[in-house]
Amino acid sequence: MDFFNDLVTNPGITKAMWPAFLETLQMTGISGFFTVLVGLPLGVLLLNTAKGGLTPIPWLNVVLSGIITNITRSIPFAILMLSLIPFATLLVGVSLGPVAASVSLTIGTIPFFARLVESALRDVSTGKIDAALVMGSTKMQVTRKVLVPEALPGIIAATTTTVVTLIGYSAMAGLVGGGGLGRLAYNYGFQRYDGTVMIVTIVIMVVLVQLVQILGDWLARLVDHR
Amino acid sequence: MITVTDLRKVYQQGDRTVVALDGVSLHVDAGQIHGIIGHSGAGKSTLVRCLTLLDRPTSGSVAVNNQELANVSDSDLRTARRRIGMVFQHANLMDSRTTAQNVAFPLELIGTPKAKIAEKVNALLELVGLTQFADAYPAQLSGGQRQRVGIARALSSDPDVLLCDEPTSALDPKTTDEILELIKSVRDRLNLTVLIITHEMNVVKQACDSVSLLEAGRIVEHGAIATVVADPAGRLSQALLPMPGKLPVDLPAGVVLDLLYSGSQATEPVISSIARTFNVDVNVLAGSVETLGEHQFAHLRIQLPEGSDITAITNHLLANGVAVTPKEAK
Repeated sequence: MDFFNDLVTNPGITKAMWPAFLETLQMTGISGFFTVLVGLPLGVLLLNTAKGGLTPIPWLNVVLSGIITNITRSIPFAILMLSLIPFATLLVGVSLGPVAASVSLTIGTIPFFARLVESALRDVSTGKIDAALVMGSTKMQVTRKVLVPEALPGIIAATTTTVVTLIGYSAMAGLVGGGGLGRLAYNYGFQRYDGTVMIVTIVIMVVLVQLVQILGDWLARLVDHR
Repeated sequence: MITVTDLRKVYQQGDRTVVALDGVSLHVDAGQIHGIIGHSGAGKSTLVRCLTLLDRPTSGSVAVNNQELANVSDSDLRTARRRIGMVFQHANLMDSRTTAQNVAFPLELIGTPKAKIAEKVNALLELVGLTQFADAYPAQLSGGQRQRVGIARALSSDPDVLLCDEPTSALDPKTTDEILELIKSVRDRLNLTVLIITHEMNVVKQACDSVSLLEAGRIVEHGAIATVVADPAGRLSQALLPMPGKLPVDLPAGVVLDLLYSGSQATEPVISSIARTFNVDVNVLAGSVETLGEHQFAHLRIQLPEGSDITAITNHLLANGVAVTPKEAK
């Protein structure tokens, strides 16, 4: 009964949990929005500038791929985030809090998302692209009317995966001053040995990820007519 | 009409130079259906890509109604392409679009007003018999229905030429017949010039007025169906009216002749006329009789008894417009 009693009396839950949850949502929301905003065109660019793409620009493709691979593969996310604190300060004026953390979260996940988008776009058959070109499409029309709509189920799945990843990363961001559920779990669960807060945080994260996944799957099915 | 003049396409593959098209020329009048037949590797795909200008030919020209397409600037290329409507082997419809939206695609590209698009799409869907499937997605349609959508889509930009790349190769025989009938009927209604690129002789038999044989990047035989069939030595003739290759092993002694005749002769009793005139027994060993276009053609292998007056019989046949090829009796 102690555990259940604790659930309704523990200030870590009754007072700190809700704001922390909102901060997590805020971080995920802001960085998710900007990741898609930048990552989608970047994914298109990666595909179209590649050899055999609509507008092959080999040097640009090599540069973009190089940057992306290095950000995602070489630098651990925690280090990337710390190294981006000065940049975040420059951009949003603060170095702490969910908004500042969103900057590094966005930069950290854009390459990941762009790669997923590129691979979803690559699945659009060349026959469809040829058909669009033969009908007199401009390259922009091919991209906007064929590539993206035809790859939409894949792009939505990529967005879902990215948001789930962001929820996880946002917890890590919490440790370095981002706030949110990660911070809460660390402060209460780790430093104060408060197991109840730790468990509740974990349950909330699991439920949140599940909800995002269900919503994403539902949306992807909705637009998938294949 | 479409005129292709000395079309060449040369690829560089590492150190190797590949000549995919080695001077292809052809001319098809408006309202005609022309078949281009060839085995895989003959250059069919390259020809299609050059005709649609997906690949620029190395040299040569493609002209639709005397308007040059192959040598236009990049900016005019899109307008030029709209003069050729294209039907693909696998239809290549957009899965995210309904039937009506697929047909509307070429019209959307040039910013046609919505009301105009709706009107035109309805008319085209009626033409191909898919009015009740306007809101269905490609995944809900059969292969034949998808190809019908592809044809409607190709027609929506009012092209002068309909280019069909293996339009029936992925379809079953019954659906193939329906699609070919549809192509013929839209040709009749719209006075289109139609090019059908295929590896199926059946398609040529059923739908084409004239035919070209493409081999190693060259057109090695071409002409109206009736003309090419009438040449017994021609490869197209042999492919259109095939003769079972081998003679039976236990063939009794005698002289074997291959007869090829067409048009009015085919309706006359050539065989019984020989039998009566020369008083010989005629044994029919093999043959095919078919109606190609408006004409009937027969390709028969007959055997005459030893000692028949072959020279007289041959002359009699030739006088009646029958091509005669003597065969070695094993």
